[in-house]
Amino acid sequence: MSSDLGDLYQEVILDHNRTPRNFGGLPGANRRAEGFNPLCGDRITVQVDLEDDAVKEIRFEGSGCAISKASASMMTESVKGRTRAEAEALFREFHRLLTEDGAVADPATLGKLVVFSGVREFPVRVKCATLAWHTLRAALRNERGVATTE
Amino acid sequence: MTVARDLRAASTRATAAPFDVAAIREDFPILRQTVHGKPLVYLDNAATAQKPRSVIDAITRFYTMDNSNIHRGLHALSERATAAYEDVRSKARRFLGAAEEREIIFVRGTTEAINLVAHSYGRPHVGPGDEVLITAMEHHSNIVPWQILCEEKGARLRIAAIDDDGALLLDDLERLLTPRTRILAIPHVSNALGTINPVRRIVEMAHRRDVPVLVDGAQAAPHLPIDVRELGCDFYAVSGHKMFGPTGIGLLYGRADLLEAMPPYQGGGDMIASVTFEKTTYNRLPHKFEAGTPHIAGVIDLGAAIDYLEGVDAAGRIAHEDGLLTYATDTIAALSRVRLVGTAKQKTSVLSFVIDGVHPHDIGTILDRDGVAIRAGHHCAQPLMDRFGVPATARASLALYNTRGEIDALAAGIRKVLQVFR
Repeated sequence: MSSDLGDLYQEVILDHNRTPRNFGGLPGANRRAEGFNPLCGDRITVQVDLEDDAVKEIRFEGSGCAISKASASMMTESVKGRTRAEAEALFREFHRLLTEDGAVADPATLGKLVVFSGVREFPVRVKCATLAWHTLRAALRNERGVATTE
Repeated sequence: MTVARDLRAASTRATAAPFDVAAIREDFPILRQTVHGKPLVYLDNAATAQKPRSVIDAITRFYTMDNSNIHRGLHALSERATAAYEDVRSKARRFLGAAEEREIIFVRGTTEAINLVAHSYGRPHVGPGDEVLITAMEHHSNIVPWQILCEEKGARLRIAAIDDDGALLLDDLERLLTPRTRILAIPHVSNALGTINPVRRIVEMAHRRDVPVLVDGAQAAPHLPIDVRELGCDFYAVSGHKMFGPTGIGLLYGRADLLEAMPPYQGGGDMIASVTFEKTTYNRLPHKFEAGTPHIAGVIDLGAAIDYLEGVDAAGRIAHEDGLLTYATDTIAALSRVRLVGTAKQKTSVLSFVIDGVHPHDIGTILDRDGVAIRAGHHCAQPLMDRFGVPATARASLALYNTRGEIDALAAGIRKVLQVFR
């Protein structure tokens, strides 16, 4: 496997693709949003139980490629317990990592999410990695309609 | 040297040499490149086909030598451009097997052709409670125009089913041809499955009930011989870019008596005989359906594509493509965890497949790093994906310039996918 493919499909990502965490419905959720990537047809639903402005519980459902599924899975792990503002800040940092040339992955801020730095070499796949985050943001902001990556 | 004379010369050239894929590849400059350090293996031909040198050159030659507007100029350039443009209509008539040149309408592509028929034939003929019949294997372009029509008219869109191999269920289609059916629209070849439909038989069924038939020929044109009179269909639509010509140009064949009775699709210049503020008299066929300055260079370039296709030994090409499809089918079917979607007996050029536990987009990305270009997605046929219970497929689609070596590269790429996603 070429090295950039190896950077994209890191073991952590493959693992979250195989066995996504926090996968399924969340009956007690008070925030919910749907995301759709019209380019590839990926769909995701993110449900959040928001308490005292913090993500108490979060789950996702949907179908998609390895990158979008792993990203959704790892997104749920990294925002659990965080406030809305913290979650949005994390998304901004994550987005910067994926899109800005020479952006340095900072494990202190991003934690395990740094494994997605390889996506930068695959511009058409950036939207796969950000779909879950766009959907999370829509849920946290209580936006109506379907979140898209467009 | 004029384009018109060039094109005439090309169309009368000697019988084609026996089919030789190496020589064919030489005609397509784009194939000589590497992608991510690997030789390009272009297997996305159902999305758009590559262009031979003659097609690439024809557009430059037109703009260099003959560019002018058509059907109105008194000067030499306009005469040449008009002659070249109308000469392509004559080639297109021959290419599709139509009886008359006025039955050939230049359009932007198959999508516009279908929209034209849905609008100009559909609106006057379809009323509340009527039915429009299509199949479960349509491209969105042969669904949405009819949906819009049915919604506007309070009519019903009915869908003929397919079997698990992706072949049309003719009994079901026949059952759905009712006294309320006003038009039947079918693909000649399915873009997502490669199924070849028995158009002639279907047309006979429909005509027994006085139902006219539109055939979406976008995927058939680069592969199958087309003869609209033998097929018996009433409308036939193709896209230039799928048959080695430019994007933005296509053909609609329509039976003259139907076209005569149809109102125009768009209003504007060229489609009129005379205009006053009170009353406009429409031009005769085919100009009634070609409002405004058309894609002149595109039409002339489409002519170069027809010349190219007709210059290739057809029997040899079809034998090559059939052999390649069989080889590719056997190669892919032999891989573990890989399942072909679309296994009809009558097929051409398309291999849709899914891999257990791997999303098609990941397949596409990994193959791309090996220089292998395929399509991954719903192929503008979401209802068809639903029918097979998959969100998307990976699709390798073949053209005359593909080789067994390229199928081997595809198979090697798929093995790499299986390795990554163990």
